[in-house]
Formats: sequence, structure tokens, C-alpha cells
Amino acid sequence: MSETLKSLRFTLLAVVAALVVSAFIIVITDIEALGNGDFGTALSTLRTAYWGLFKGAFGSLRAISNTITGATPLLLAGLAVSSAFKAGLFNIGATGQMLAGAMTGLWVGFAFQLPPLIHVPLALIASAIGGALFGAIPGALKARTGAHEVITTIMLNGIASFTVLWLLKTEAFKREGRDDAISKFVEESARLPRLFGFMGKRIDLLAHSGFIVALLATAVFWWLLRKTTLGFEMQATGFNQEAAKYAGMRTKSLMVVSMAIAGSFAGLAGGSEVLGLYGYASATVAGDIGFDAIAVALLGRSTPIGTLVAAILFGALQAGGRQMQVDTDVPIDLIIVLRALIVMFIAAPLLVKAMFRIKGEAKSFGQTFRGWGG
Amino acid sequence: MSTVAGPGMVVSAEQRKRARNVGFAYLVLAMVCFFVFTRRPGDAGFKISETSQFTLPAQGFGWALGIVLVAIAAAQLLRGLGKLSNVVLALATAAFFMSFLAWAAAGDSFSFVGMLQDTVSRSVPITLGAIGGILSERSGVINISIEGMLLAAACTSAIAASLTNLWLGTLVGVLTGMALAAVLAVMSIRYKVDQVIVGFAINFFALGITSFISFRVLVPNRDTMNNLLPVMPIRIPVLADIPFFGGIFFDQTIFVYFSFLAVAVTTWGLYRTKWGLRTRAIGEYPKAAGTLGVDVNKLRYRNLLLAGGVAGIGGAWWPIGIVGRFDQNITNGRGFIALAAVIFGRWHPVGALCGALVFALSEAVRLKIGNFDTGIPSEFLIMAPYVVTIIVVAGFIGASRAPKAAGQPYEDQ
Repeated sequence: MSETLKSLRFTLLAVVAALVVSAFIIVITDIEALGNGDFGTALSTLRTAYWGLFKGAFGSLRAISNTITGATPLLLAGLAVSSAFKAGLFNIGATGQMLAGAMTGLWVGFAFQLPPLIHVPLALIASAIGGALFGAIPGALKARTGAHEVITTIMLNGIASFTVLWLLKTEAFKREGRDDAISKFVEESARLPRLFGFMGKRIDLLAHSGFIVALLATAVFWWLLRKTTLGFEMQATGFNQEAAKYAGMRTKSLMVVSMAIAGSFAGLAGGSEVLGLYGYASATVAGDIGFDAIAVALLGRSTPIGTLVAAILFGALQAGGRQMQVDTDVPIDLIIVLRALIVMFIAAPLLVKAMFRIKGEAKSFGQTFRGWGG
Repeated sequence: MSTVAGPGMVVSAEQRKRARNVGFAYLVLAMVCFFVFTRRPGDAGFKISETSQFTLPAQGFGWALGIVLVAIAAAQLLRGLGKLSNVVLALATAAFFMSFLAWAAAGDSFSFVGMLQDTVSRSVPITLGAIGGILSERSGVINISIEGMLLAAACTSAIAASLTNLWLGTLVGVLTGMALAAVLAVMSIRYKVDQVIVGFAINFFALGITSFISFRVLVPNRDTMNNLLPVMPIRIPVLADIPFFGGIFFDQTIFVYFSFLAVAVTTWGLYRTKWGLRTRAIGEYPKAAGTLGVDVNKLRYRNLLLAGGVAGIGGAWWPIGIVGRFDQNITNGRGFIALAAVIFGRWHPVGALCGALVFALSEAVRLKIGNFDTGIPSEFLIMAPYVVTIIVVAGFIGASRAPKAAGQPYEDQ
């Protein structure tokens, strides 16, 4: 069996194992039905729930559009975590970088009046720059003082969310006639075109061309890693900082640059949400995406293709989860459990092997993050 | 790198740089005193008990402190403060903090002692989570999953305590922490899964499952399954009567006493016992420890379970120690703050306690001072803990050295 097929089989089995465990959770928490000894009801809830999950993710054009909509920010923010991992940095700060990018993109989006062909790219570039600058802070702090990026990115997330909350109440950003923290709308010319815009009347198809931006960003990440000296040096630093230093690489500048690149991906995630999905910004524009992005990067083993596949899988689960919540009383939070289990099972091929009694070699993956040192 | 060190002399380039940074930091603090803390007129009342208070004139204190800080900065930059530098730093920070409070509360008064009491109480889950982190990372297993352990333990202990009693509730919290720690241990030790991945998977799992249970089970059965009376503070006789400090440290819940005890016992254990020596050895250089006959993986299992148990008590603090129920995502990232406290404290329990106290203090300040109209938007006060942490870590702590083997699976030869 070829390598690809083998790893595909493990991935599938991991998803199956996660679905089985989640099914168990759905059934045992159906307290009312189980209290009456009514297993039939509990099992039919389970069937409806899983059918809803599938239907909501892939069952219709609208479902696919929802999957893409969910996958877009996850992919971009996932790249922010993956690219930092490649450089040996643990970027927990995608949330903050997203917020920074969302605000700069938003500002360019409403403060100027330009033709769409200029306005859209300009707003996206602004988001990337906003994210990059905010992302560079922990990189610079680490390079200059040695402050660990795990601490600084967590703290910068807090700083970013409260700064945004404050900004949204200032005259410059506030929407007129609203007292809550909600921004002005961006100009129509800065809105990312909708993917299914050609279908005219279907306003329920939310997917926007932020997804194309995300795919391009994935390609850029691939190109950076494979074809550029910078990418090579980033990976060398991530692999062994001391060795990279002896080889003459400027590891400290690389730290700042890597974090700026990571931040620009996350900034685009924030920008594409504002310019593509919402058309405005609120305090919850980043939501839990920065956190989920860590799971996406871990699941995707920090590779460009892996991150792409993981983001689409997570986007599908999110879209399906919403349908599941509508069809049954199973809350969407089950999706978080499902994601956790998938990440766990995929990371543990030895465990999946033991569960399904597969013979032969199970390849263990390398490490994502080499300890705290450096 | 280092040169011959005379008394009070700055030794290495790195240290010299740090000393210079500290000097500039004093100047920045002095500027804040001059330009911010002298802006609001009036006296600030600091209540130190039910009946008594002391007052500080906000403006006068700001001017005086600013001048003193400039003098300290000059001394620091020109010749270094040598052995005194840490003492001076601590005193200056404390005085600056008092000046900040006086500025914020100028013309008004607030319960100073209540704020410090609140600080100590709020530090509990962060401290206990951090001890859980230290125990596992000192044994060579990265523990990102503190947040998950706290959250899951908070949920199960709330349910168990509502159905039975507070003791059993806490016990269930401990067992929950241990169960998640067991997952971390089996996955990272036996199945050699990347420890960061397992840790994050545990966090996601805990967040998902507790939200799921909260929505599907606790909301419909609120009165029976998520409703309890939290513990009362226990006054320690004699000690609680010490003026000022008595109320802060000796009129607290059992969780506070436990967390201080845990810091003391862990410190003693890690540095004074055979177990501690072995634990540090398997975290630094497991191969050597293994060669000398230490069963590396067995000790890792044991320490991880212990870590989970301690974090479990930290999680039980929310429902049983203060709130009286479980809410969705009640920990709200405190486990990550605990992780930061571990790094902040350089993997030492006392250091982690200091980190936890700094964060808890800034949180308590925000709650007390947030009501005063200082002219600064409340969002900036809320982010103070985060800014302070970054400044402390970047300016004074710098690179911290982690246990060397943290993250590496160990294979018996």
C-alpha cells in the first residue's frame, strides 16, 4: 500500500473513532430518554444528529457554501499558527492578530471611496499589514529580551480584544445611532465579492472570495517553504536554532520576520471576515477562530496542504454542527468535542492501530514544537 | 562571557543590558508619576479594616515618588545599585502601585484590604494550575492542558457537590483532573504522541464536553445538579487578628490555605527530597536518570497524576470556593494564565505563585478601581494585567530556561 493511501486510511479511521466516541457521548447524556429506559429514542436522536451533521456540511449548495464560509478564516488563521510552528514558534496570538487585521482592513474599507478593483486589494493589504505589525511584537520581544512568545501572545490577545472594544466605541469607528460596540459598514466597493454571486438571488449563499485569498495564501506559504531562502532559514531555525545560528543565519531577525508573516496570515483572516462575511466589525469578530486555528495547524502537521484539509474538515463540522443543533437537541458544542477527538486520534496512529487491530508499521509523526527552550 | 566580578559589579553584557533597561524603566515610571499621577486632586482613602483607613494625598505622593524615581534611575544608570537593586526594585514597584491607587481613588475611598484579600483568593486557581504545570514539566512532559483540567474539574465538581456534598465534590474535581492527566500521560508516554497536540486536544475536549453537558444536562436540571453553597472563609485564631495582614492571609477559604501549602510542599519536595531530585533529573536528562536506575516513565506517570489532582482542586475553586455553580467556559483562559505563570516563575513554585499574584492583583485592582471615573476608558484598566505581565516578562525576566527534556518521549534502552 502506498504511503498516501496508508495515511489516508489512518485519517479515516481516526474520524470514525471520533464519531463513535461522540455517539456514545450523545446517547449517555440523553438523560430523560435513558431515565425512562427508552434506548430507541436516544438512538434515533443520534441518527438524526449525525444525518444533520452530514446534511449541513455537504447536503446542498447552501451547505457547501457554509462549509467554505467556515473554512476561510480557519485556513488563514491556521496558516498563521502553522507558519510560526515551522519557525519553531508557538503562536497562540492568532486571535489578536486577526483583530488587528480586522480593524485596519475595516478602516481602509470605510474611510476611502475607490473603485472596487483598487479598494478590495488595498483593504486586504491593510489587514495583512495590521496583522503583521501586531504579530511582529511578540517576535521582537522574544528576539530582544527573550520573553517567551507563549506568554506574550496570550497577553497580546487580551490587549487586542479590549483595544478593539474601545475602538468600536470611538467616533472614528462607531456606527451612528448605536451605543453598543459595533462599527460602521465598509463601503460596498471594499466588499469581497461573493463566490456564488453569479447565482444572483441566492443571498443565503454566504461564501465569499476570502476563500480564494485563503487558497492563494496557502500557495504562498507552500512557495515560501519550498522555494525561498527565507523559508529554508525559517525552518532551519525552527528545527535547531543553535545550528542555524552557527550556519550564519540571523536567527533573531528571522524570529521577527516569521512572526510578522504569521501575523499577516491571521490579519487576512480578520480582514476577510470583515470585508467578506460581515461588512462591519464587532467585538466578537475573531470569536474562537484563533484558538481553533491551533487545532487546525496541529491537525495539518503545519504543512500547507495539511492545514488546508484540516481547515475544510473543521469548516464542514461547524456548518454541519449548526444543522445538527437545529434538527435535534444536541448542542453545537459537540463539534468541539469531535474536533478534539479527531486531533487526538490522528496524532496517535499507534492508538488507532491498537483500536482497529491493524497489523504492520504505524508511522509516528515528528514533533510540532520542540519544547520551551530557545 | 563573564568577567571577574567585584562586589556590586555588573557581570556580563547581558546583565549590563538588563540593568540599563531597568534604569530606563525607572525613568518611564517617573514620567508616569509626573504627567499622570499628579493630575487628579484630592486625598485617597485606603480602608484597611471595617473602621480605620489611611489617606494619601494623590498629587503630593505622585510628585514625591516621581522625584525619588528619577534619583533611583540616575543611580541605576550611572553606577548600578549592585546588591540592593532587587530590594529597590520591589520597593519602587510597590510605591508606584500605591501612587497609582491614590491617583485612581483621589477624592474618594476604597477597601484596600478587601482588594488584597480578593487578590489572594483569585490567585488560587492560577497557582494550583501552575503547580500542575510545574510538576509535569519538571518531569519532562509539556503540559498545555492546564486550562482543560481546570475547566473539566470545575464542571464535574459542581455537579458532584450539588448532588452530594462539598468534600465529595472537591474529590470528584481531583479525580477529573487526574483522569485528564492520565490521558495526557498515556498518550505522551505510551503512545508517544506530540505532547503539545495531546495537551491542546485535551483543552478542546474539556471545553466542548463541559459546554455540551452544561447546555444539555445542567440547564434543564439547574436546581438539582448545578446549585450549591460555596465554602465559607475559615478564620485562623490569633493569626487572623494581626492587623492588616491577618485579614488578607488568615481569613480565607480552605482553598487559599491549600494553595499556599501546595507551593510550600512542592518547593520543599522538588529541592529537598529524593523524589524531587529524581523528578528534576528525568525532566533534564532522563537518560542519565534511567541509567542510574530511576524508572523514568513510571515516575512521569505518577507526577502527571499528581499534577492533574492539584489542578483539579484549582478547578473546584470556581464552583465550591467562590461562585456556587458551573457556567460555560467559567475558567475563561485562566489555565493559560497559569501556563504563563509557570514560564514567568521559571518553573519554580514560588516564582509561579508570584506570577499568579501579579495577575490576580491586577484583576482585583480592576474590579475595585473600575468604578472610579479616572478619565481613562475602562477597557484600558481591564487590559492592565496583560500589559503588566508583558512588561514584567520582557523587562525583568527575559529568557527562562525550561526543563531540557520537556516535550521529548523517553524510550527504555
